[in-house]
Amino acid sequence: MKIVVLVKHVPDAAADRTFHEADHTTDRVGVDGILSELDEYAVEEALKLAGSESGEVIALTMGPEGSADAIKRALQMGADSGVHVVDDALHGSDALATSHVLAEAIGKIGEVDLVLTGMASTDGGMSVVPAMLAERLGFAHIGFVGEMSVDGGTVRARRDSDVTETVEAATPAIVSVTDQINEPRYPSFKGIMAAKKKPVESWSLADLGVAAEQVGLDAAWSQVQSVTKRPERTQGEVVTDDGDGGIKLAEFLASRKFI
Amino acid sequence: MPVARITPTPEVGDLFTLVRDIGDAELRPRADPAEASGDYPRDVLRLIGRSGLLGLPYDDDVGGGAQPYEVYLQVLEELAMRWATVALGVSVHTLACWPLAAFGTAEQRKRWLPDMVSGELSGAYCLSEPHAGSDAAALSTRAVRDGEHYVLTGTKAWVTHGGQADFYTVFARTSDGGSRGISCFLVPADAGGLSFGTPERKMGLNASPTTLVYLDEVRVPTERRLGDEGDGFGIALQALDSGRLGIAAIATGLGQAALEASVSYAKEREQFGQPIITHQGVGFMLADMAAAVESARALYLTAASRRDAGLAYRHQASVAKLVATDNAMRVTTDAVQVFGGAGYVRDYPVERYFREAKVMQIFEGTNQIQRLVIARDLERNGT
Ligand SMILES: Cc1cc2nc3c(=O)[nH]c(=O)nc-3n(C[C@H](O)[C@H](O)[C@H](O)COP(=O)(O)OP(=O)(O)OC[C@H]3O[C@@H](n4cnc5c(N)ncnc54)[C@H](O)[C@@H]3O)c2cc1C
Repeated sequence: MKIVVLVKHVPDAAADRTFHEADHTTDRVGVDGILSELDEYAVEEALKLAGSESGEVIALTMGPEGSADAIKRALQMGADSGVHVVDDALHGSDALATSHVLAEAIGKIGEVDLVLTGMASTDGGMSVVPAMLAERLGFAHIGFVGEMSVDGGTVRARRDSDVTETVEAATPAIVSVTDQINEPRYPSFKGIMAAKKKPVESWSLADLGVAAEQVGLDAAWSQVQSVTKRPERTQGEVVTDDGDGGIKLAEFLASRKFI
Repeated sequence: MPVARITPTPEVGDLFTLVRDIGDAELRPRADPAEASGDYPRDVLRLIGRSGLLGLPYDDDVGGGAQPYEVYLQVLEELAMRWATVALGVSVHTLACWPLAAFGTAEQRKRWLPDMVSGELSGAYCLSEPHAGSDAAALSTRAVRDGEHYVLTGTKAWVTHGGQADFYTVFARTSDGGSRGISCFLVPADAGGLSFGTPERKMGLNASPTTLVYLDEVRVPTERRLGDEGDGFGIALQALDSGRLGIAAIATGLGQAALEASVSYAKEREQFGQPIITHQGVGFMLADMAAAVESARALYLTAASRRDAGLAYRHQASVAKLVATDNAMRVTTDAVQVFGGAGYVRDYPVERYFREAKVMQIFEGTNQIQRLVIARDLERNGT
């Protein structure tokens, strides 16, 4: 079984994240990048499935130079190899362009049984790339999966949304997983040493036969006009209880139309 | 800010990141409650083992990490910054593996070492006895040869991981004649006749069990003797040279944790209308604490680089253990002082650090014994 797991390198959510002034794209240089935490669940699930079916796990990312670190993390956890799509023309690509490029990359990898992704990236958070990819590749798509298994050519998955459904699809399929599906492993020191020797290929747009005009900021269907920093949190209001605390609380909530 | 570390390779940088990640997520939040309840964090040790941290300095042909002591000790320091009990567990385990790694035959190493360093098993080191502490050569546990076995009888004291470990590296007397009559044995936890006392009720490190170990005619096959008969005491002392470096690194980590807690508290806490760090009396105390931690770190790294280069390092290991643990005691004492009344209660960790630092001046050779080692070396070899 050949599994491609999509890994995204994102600015550490614990740090102060900012945008470039010129084009309002995410500043990926000023903060430490990490493998999107939600993608760690996809890597873990891929490793578990590959482990029980003696499969192969390929970590795929699209992003600037530094995003190879997301692949490295997946390799340290146990993935077999990596593919990094990197090209200056990709800067500012929207979800449509991203899914286009990733679909071409998955096509080039070839003979893929399963594509696993996180349920969203911890930076953009649109959750649309898996569905777009499935459409482009003609794969079945199961989103927001909290439990899954693969048997022969059939994926069985429990989808957790407003209702819980158990669905089946024939491979090749693309599955996005939630943070309920497993407990991602830490890399081990052996994994760290082994990752050094694992193959990582670097592909440009030309390698994928994608024209530069189809991607990047100029090709994006929407443009960010402005960004505003979330206002600083203000000090809350403290109600001192002089025997009438309950009344004061109720009055406060009523004044804000909560009750 | 994490402690700036020398990373000889990018992989070592990733190793330090891994240790910090595991430490922050799995160790730090559990330390306080586990030390209060005295629950041994077996699962944490397993995770540490599976992450490859229980065999870092051992060769890769037996499944170790093949890392220099300089790297291994910094890992211990990072662990100790987050939970001293776990760092001590790693250090004692590494100590317990050492006699086999250094003195085992090729066959013995191949047979037992991979399981010991791969992280599934944990070890204990049994040298001290109720009546033989600093004077370990006076130990009286007997190992009597009986055909293809030795029969071990006696009582070991103060054994870290007693009752929890999977294997016990035991020093016992195969003949009279003081330090020359001692041999070393690798005893599995399920050996018949092996039993354990209830854990000591200690001042600190309560999540790390310390027990008496009773050996009642424990039959150990001769193939489990490490080194020749009579070599045991030399093996024990050489193992302790390395072990003392581990304690120096752990004490440094404890000091670092106390320093970090103190600096952030002193920046927050205001008295006389200003943060207490700006009162010179407090600022200078913090400066002395930083100097003490950094000099401790420099000393253990110097000793480690001598060891890594294959040079003699017993003297430097004793100096590092002596200074790092004395410094940790002083730094943790001053940390309580920086916190004032808040330092004396269990709502902040410095009270615990203070209790944990004390034992570092005692185990793996008291600091009096370190001075004895250093003085003897000066007498024999000069400066
Ligand atoms: C928490 C804990 C964990 C431990 N873990 C282990 C373990 O895993 N394995 C193990 O084998 N042991 C272990 N020990 C034992 C430890 O190594 C001994 O406690 C230590 O070596 C001191 O021995 P003692 O307690 O018998 O003290 P003693 O030797 O009785 O010393 C009492 C005092 O006399 C001083 N003294 C003794 N002789 C001299 C001298 N010649 N000159 C000057 N001063 C001297 C000592 O410095 C000390 O201050 C542990 C101890 C503790 C507390």
